[in-house]
Amino acid sequence: MQLTETHRHYWKKNLRLTIVLLSIWFFVTFVVGFLARPLAEFKILGWPFSFYMCAQGSLIVYVVLIWFYAKKMHQLDVEHGVDEGEG
Amino acid sequence: MSTKVSENKAFFNQLKKYYTLYTGGFVAFVVLLAIAEALGLPREYIGYAFLFATVALYATIGVMSRTADVSEYYVAGRRVPAVFNGMATGADWMSAASFIGMAGGLYLQGFDGLAFIMGWTGGYCLVAFLLAPYLRKFGQFTIPDFLGARYGGHLVRSIGVAAAILCSFTYVVAQIYGVGIITSRFTGVEFGVGVFLGLGGILVCSFLGGMRAVTWTQVAQYVILIVAYLIPVIWLSVKHTSVPIPQIVYGTVLEKVSAREEELIKDPREIEVRGLLKKKAEEAKARVDALPQSLEAAKAASAAKVAELKVANAPEDQIAAAAKVPATPEEAKKAWTAEANGLTARSAPPIKHAEPFYSAAADPAKAEAERDIKRRNFLALIFCLMLGTAALPHILMRYYTTPSVTEARRSVFWSLFCIFLLYFTAPALAVLVKFDIYTLIVGSKFAELPPWVAAWTKVDPSLLTITDLNADGIVQLAEIKLGQDIVVLATPAIAGMPYVITGLVAAGGLAAALSTADGLLLTISNALSHDLYYKMIDPTASTQRRVLISKVLLLFVALAAASVASQKPADILFLVSAAFSFAAAAFFPALVAGVFWKRANGPGAIAGMVAGLGVCFYYMATTQPWLRGMFGVTSPIADNLWLGIQPISAGIFGVPVGVVTLVVVSLLTKAPDAHTQELVEHVRYPDLKGDAKSLVHG
Repeated sequence: MQLTETHRHYWKKNLRLTIVLLSIWFFVTFVVGFLARPLAEFKILGWPFSFYMCAQGSLIVYVVLIWFYAKKMHQLDVEHGVDEGEG
Repeated sequence: MSTKVSENKAFFNQLKKYYTLYTGGFVAFVVLLAIAEALGLPREYIGYAFLFATVALYATIGVMSRTADVSEYYVAGRRVPAVFNGMATGADWMSAASFIGMAGGLYLQGFDGLAFIMGWTGGYCLVAFLLAPYLRKFGQFTIPDFLGARYGGHLVRSIGVAAAILCSFTYVVAQIYGVGIITSRFTGVEFGVGVFLGLGGILVCSFLGGMRAVTWTQVAQYVILIVAYLIPVIWLSVKHTSVPIPQIVYGTVLEKVSAREEELIKDPREIEVRGLLKKKAEEAKARVDALPQSLEAAKAASAAKVAELKVANAPEDQIAAAAKVPATPEEAKKAWTAEANGLTARSAPPIKHAEPFYSAAADPAKAEAERDIKRRNFLALIFCLMLGTAALPHILMRYYTTPSVTEARRSVFWSLFCIFLLYFTAPALAVLVKFDIYTLIVGSKFAELPPWVAAWTKVDPSLLTITDLNADGIVQLAEIKLGQDIVVLATPAIAGMPYVITGLVAAGGLAAALSTADGLLLTISNALSHDLYYKMIDPTASTQRRVLISKVLLLFVALAAASVASQKPADILFLVSAAFSFAAAAFFPALVAGVFWKRANGPGAIAGMVAGLGVCFYYMATTQPWLRGMFGVTSPIADNLWLGIQPISAGIFGVPVGVVTLVVVSLLTKAPDAHTQELVEHVRYPDLKGDAKSLVHG
C-alpha cells in the first residue's frame, strides 16, 4: 500500500528517537568506559565513580532507556494511527 | 479487537494467580525443609529434595503444556504477556555461568570483569531499539525465517541456520555440563549420571510442548533462580553492613576492601608466601623442560610415596592422590604447564578490585602500556557481548511470542529488568565475599577455619584449597586457591545460613542451566525442522508432521549435546564466549540492515554474513590456543594478535568487516524488488491500516 505523509513522519520520528537513545547508550557504555581511569578519581558513597557506573549506573540507564522507548513509541503509534488498538 | 483485549486480560490475571500460588508454595517448601533440617534431616536428603522437587515441578508444567499445534509449539500461541515473557527471557538468558560463575569472575578480575555485566545487559538496548518490535511485526517462527523472507532465497536462510546452530550448540553443551556439575556436587551422584539426569530435566520441559511448555517452565525457573540468588546476598549484606540492600551499601565495603588490599600487598608474610609459590612455579617449569626424564623421576617418587603411605596405613584418598602421575610425556607437559601457570598467577600480588585496568608493573611506561591494552580489551569485549546478545537467536525468538508489537517493546523492558536484578547484585556479592575472605579468613589460624572451608574442599578441591605453605599456622591470602564458582556456592555458608539455603542455591543454578538449555535446544530443533525441513525440503508437509519432526530432532540434538557434555570438553567455556562474537558477526548487521536499510539485498547479506564469520573464525583460529592446536597454527600468538585484542572479542573485527561487505556488495548489485521493499515497510509500522495482512506466506 501507499505510505501517507503521516506514516513517513512517524518513521522519521522513530529514527530520531532511536538515534538519541542509542547516543545515550553509547555514551554511558563506551565513553565512560574509555575514561574509566580519570573518572575513578571521583567518589560517590564509597565507590569510585567509574566502578559505580560500570557495575550499576549504566545498567539503570539501560533499563530506563528501554522503558522510555516503549512508552514513547506507543504514544507515537497512537498519534500517527498505526497502533494496534489495544490500549 | 475488544474481545481479544479482554481475553488477554483474563489470561494475564489467571497467570498472575497461578504464579503467585506457585511462589507461595515454593517458599512453603523451603520453610518446611528448613524445619526438617533443624530436626536433623541429613544434608544429602536436602540436596535430593531440591533436585527432584524442582525437576518434578518443571515436568508437571511441561506435561500440562503439551501441544501439537504449530503456533503453540513454535511461538506459544503468541499470547505471552510482556511481564511473563520478560521473566521467561530472563531465565532463558541467564545461564549456569551467569548464575554460578559470574560473581566469582568479578571476584577474581575486579573492575575489568564488569565488561560482562555491562555487555550482557546493554545488549538489550539494541534488542529493544533495533530488533524486537520489528521481528514481532514480521511475526513468523524463527530468525532464519526473517533472513529468508527479507533477503530471498535458500542460501541466506541456510547460512542463518548454520550460524544459529554454531552459536547454540556449544552453548547448550555448556548448560548440560553445568547441570552435571551441580547435580554431582549436591547429591554425590557421578558426573555422567548427573548429565543424563539433567537431560531428562530438559526434555520434560521442551519435548511435549515446545515453546509453550518452555515459556511457562522458564517463568517458574526465573522465580526460583532470582529468589535463590538474592536471599544469601541480602543475608551477607546484613552481616557486614546491617543494611539488607547490598546494592546500595557495598560502596563502603569496597572502600574497606581497597584499604585491606594495600596492607596485603605490603605484608611481609604474604610476600614470603608469594616467593614460595614463585619457586614452585619455576620447579614445575623446570620439570616441563626436563621431559621425558623428569616424568620417570616423578613416577619413581610417586611409587616410593605410595609405598610409604601404605606402610603407614594412610587413608585411601591420600594414597590415590599420591599415585596420580601423568601417563605420557605429552600429558605431563600439559598438566605441568598448567600447574606452572596456575602457580605463577597465584604468586602475583592481589589485584586492586576497584581500580580500572589495573597493572602491577613497577615501570610506569610498561604499566601504562599494559593498562592501554586492558582498556582496549575491556571496550572490545563489551562491544562483542552487546552485539552478540542482540543477535542470539534463542533470545530474539522470544519476542515472537508476545501478543503485539507494543507488548514486544514492553517485554524487552521487563526482560532487562528481570536480568538487571541479578546483574546489579553480582558485583555486590563479589565485593562482600572478598571482604569476608580478606578480613575474616586471611590472618586467622588454620585450626580455627570455619567448617564450610573444609566442607567445600572435600566436595571439589579445585573450588577451594587452603594450604599452609610457610608453615606459620596462619592463613595468608596467597595460600588460598579459589575457583570462581565457590563465591556463589559458599555464600550461604559464609553468611552463616542453614544448609537448606545452599540447597536453594543449587536449585537456582539448576534452574538457570535448564531454562537456558531449553531455549537453545528449541532454537536448534526449530532451525532444523522449520527452516531446513519445512521451508527447503518439503514445503507441503502437514502441520502435525512438522511438529512431530521438530520433536524427534529435539530429542536427537539433546542426546548429542549430552554425549558431548559427558566427555567433559575442556575448552567449552571458550567456545561459549566465542558464540557471542560469532552471533554478532553473523546476524547483527544483516538483521539490522534488513529493517533499517531498504537497499540491503540478498547478495549483500550473504557476503556480509560470510565475511564477518570468516574474519572471526580466522582470528580465533590463529590466536586461541585450543583452535590453534586443531588447525596446526604454529606462529607465535603475539604476532597474530591485532592491536592486542583477545580472541574472545574477535567480533570487534568481524562485525565492521561484515557491515562494510554488506553495504558494498548491496550497492554493487541490484536493488531488492518491490515486494521486499513492501515487506520492509510492513515491519516498520505496528499496524498499517489497509496493509495486506501478511506479505510473507509461502
